[in-house]
Amino acid sequence: MDAEQLARIQFALTVGFHFFFPSITIGLAGLIAVLETLRHRTKREVYDRAAVFWTRIFALTFAIGVATGIVMEFQFGTNWASYSAFVGDIFGSPLAAEGILAFFLESVFLGLLLFGRNRISSRVRTFAAWMVFVGTLLSAVWILIANSWMQTPAGYEVIDGQARLTDFFAAALNPSTIPRYLHTVSSALTASSFVMLGVSAWYVLKGKHLDVAKVCLPIALVAAFVGSGLMFVTGDMSSVQVANTQPAKFAGINALYETRSGVPLTIPLIPPTQDLANQEPGPRIEIGGLLSFLTYRDPNASITGLAEFPVEDWPPITITWGAYHLMVLLGTAMLLVMVFGAWFLWRGSVWRRKTWLKLAVLATPLPLIAIMLGWTTAEVGRQPWIVYDLMRTSDGVSVVVPAEQVALSLGLLVAMYVLLGGLWLYLVRKELGHGPAPAPGAATAAEPAAPAGLPPGETPGETPPQAAQPAPSAG
Amino acid sequence: MAENTFLQGTWFLLFGVLLVGYAILDGFDLGVGMQHLYTARTDRERRTLLNAIGPVWDGNEVWLITAGGALFAAFPRVYATVFSGFYLALMLVLAALILRAVSLEFRSKEPGRGWRTTWDAAFSIGSILPAILFGVAIGNVMRGVPLTADAEYAGDFLGLLSPFAIAVGLLSASMFLMQGGAWLQLKTEGVIRDRARRVAVVGWVATLVMWVVVTAWSRVEAPGLWDAYGSILAWVAPAAFVVLAVAFPLLLRVHREGWAFLASSGIVAALVGTLGIALYPVLLPARGSGESLTANNTASSDLTLTVMLIIAVIGMPLVLTYTTWVYRTFRGKVVLDEEHGY
Repeated sequence: MDAEQLARIQFALTVGFHFFFPSITIGLAGLIAVLETLRHRTKREVYDRAAVFWTRIFALTFAIGVATGIVMEFQFGTNWASYSAFVGDIFGSPLAAEGILAFFLESVFLGLLLFGRNRISSRVRTFAAWMVFVGTLLSAVWILIANSWMQTPAGYEVIDGQARLTDFFAAALNPSTIPRYLHTVSSALTASSFVMLGVSAWYVLKGKHLDVAKVCLPIALVAAFVGSGLMFVTGDMSSVQVANTQPAKFAGINALYETRSGVPLTIPLIPPTQDLANQEPGPRIEIGGLLSFLTYRDPNASITGLAEFPVEDWPPITITWGAYHLMVLLGTAMLLVMVFGAWFLWRGSVWRRKTWLKLAVLATPLPLIAIMLGWTTAEVGRQPWIVYDLMRTSDGVSVVVPAEQVALSLGLLVAMYVLLGGLWLYLVRKELGHGPAPAPGAATAAEPAAPAGLPPGETPGETPPQAAQPAPSAG
Repeated sequence: MAENTFLQGTWFLLFGVLLVGYAILDGFDLGVGMQHLYTARTDRERRTLLNAIGPVWDGNEVWLITAGGALFAAFPRVYATVFSGFYLALMLVLAALILRAVSLEFRSKEPGRGWRTTWDAAFSIGSILPAILFGVAIGNVMRGVPLTADAEYAGDFLGLLSPFAIAVGLLSASMFLMQGGAWLQLKTEGVIRDRARRVAVVGWVATLVMWVVVTAWSRVEAPGLWDAYGSILAWVAPAAFVVLAVAFPLLLRVHREGWAFLASSGIVAALVGTLGIALYPVLLPARGSGESLTANNTASSDLTLTVMLIIAVIGMPLVLTYTTWVYRTFRGKVVLDEEHGY
């Protein structure tokens, strides 16, 4: 393998591994801020234990996100030096702004939240939680500005082989920034709420830590329901943007060869290959005019096919198409589960719905998988360009770094990331098994059976699931 | 060599300020990590050391991230050349920084002796390696590196490990060791503080020795750096270094720990400042062949520099305000807390 292929693999590995962690922390920071606010307002100590518990999970996840994030920032220079020199005038400033306006805020206030609980007032603690959340949202702004500029560059001109900024707002608010920001943030909200929901549902099923689970589950369920819905709204915005500004990518996503009008939504049962021109249309499901309708709100609208583009400008079709469609499939499954969940919560029966609770546990990783698939669609679909229609990925690679050095660093990173990922899973699993601190005064791990712990909407006449089984020891 | 514009000069300075901020703040984190195994022997002592930097190390590391971003944004050609040219060294730094971060985070999660000793060692390595390698990188910048006509690095990995560069690596490690020892005077008590004090003094002696060595050696290895010192004003930084280097042990002796830490921080700033003055306006001197990379010939457009300046002018005072406030919140000795912290 040559240095370019190795650098591509290294980038995919480091960005994929890195983004797993912010996907959880961006939304989790918001959920923690909500818990902290409830704690501050109601003075109920169960919110305190819930917030402290989730902040511990947050801290573990955040640390790996930060550590692997530095690799990302340095990697543009180490492995993609030609790209960096070409786009630095535009691409560098969002990264610097992210540090100044977001990372400091997140890190400094997280330190306060984690270590300063005994030194600050309840109000300041709540404020710190919100500042961490604001920091995560701002950092997503800047990184999405940078990444979106690679998708739909704007506000620049090329002088002496360098992209030079001509209009800051045009570059920052390029055509894909806003839809992609909203889609990313709602996906992160969804991912973290599925995690909180899955864990709470698991506790309810096991009859453990019920007081904390009962305050977390409704919050997480509402967020998961709203988030799953927003995924479709913002996903639609993204999809329309891609169709309008990145037609080759859009054709790749939909494996569309010929330009035609009234394009049906087609689900081929055999995945499309790169040889789209000669591939026989196999067995497939078609819904007439639907793709045209979804894209341009007109069932007869015409959509550009890949035939209009030279073959060397095509994205890898099988991966782009496959990742996108799998993502939509997962998103649909997530929304379905949450529609039922929201209904059960509304009816107050969610605590008795064992099958649904089990489904919620199983669904925990789905948004994270969908996020990885979504980014695969976005980044592989952008190929062969590193900056869409402006610079090829193969022209962006560092020229002075020999393949064996990339191989060496790749090996080092793979070894570290396997170890890190394994330890993270092990420690999070352990934290979850250990659960939040027991209620003060509660004998060791016994759960309070008082109806005070019941969520609103549940009548005391109904038997909560935990009463049916002996309270297990959480030791 | 073309003159710098105001914006280019300002960003050279601001990049330097970010480096000073990093060296002072994460400098004490690294210094604490470097002496972790010596200064803290029992589990309680080690937890005290980790909690002495626990609330702040993450924010301190952001200075490096921001400096990296600022270099990318303001002087992209330098960022591209240095980061790809120093490839393996940087990858090693990154691996070490990851190791440090997760050691801090993971150590307290299991009670086992083997588990904790492993992470103690990892924390140590994760601090020692960057402390030396940052200096080695600076040493190479001081000597200059061979550059191609396209401003790409023309040397190899071994070329980065010259004796002079390693001497600068030892200087940076000594300085961080002193800084870590000074920080622990503020945060710890009893036997840990006594050991950290000895470490601070050793770091101080080593800093002085290596400073003399590097300064004298630079007349041979990097004579170009001396040109700036034709002006009397340039001597402000080395003079500040000497004054503070004399003051530091005296302040330690009279137990003015706060002032001693400020003196140590001042020493760090003076060293970075001495180098900045010597280099200005060059960011990466060419050695042997090629044209040096300067603020002027690598800077981004005035528009980008202006936008970034606006962001920095709005953002940095805010950062400094809440960072100072959080440091004040955590002032005083570490109190171990079984529920929170490491």
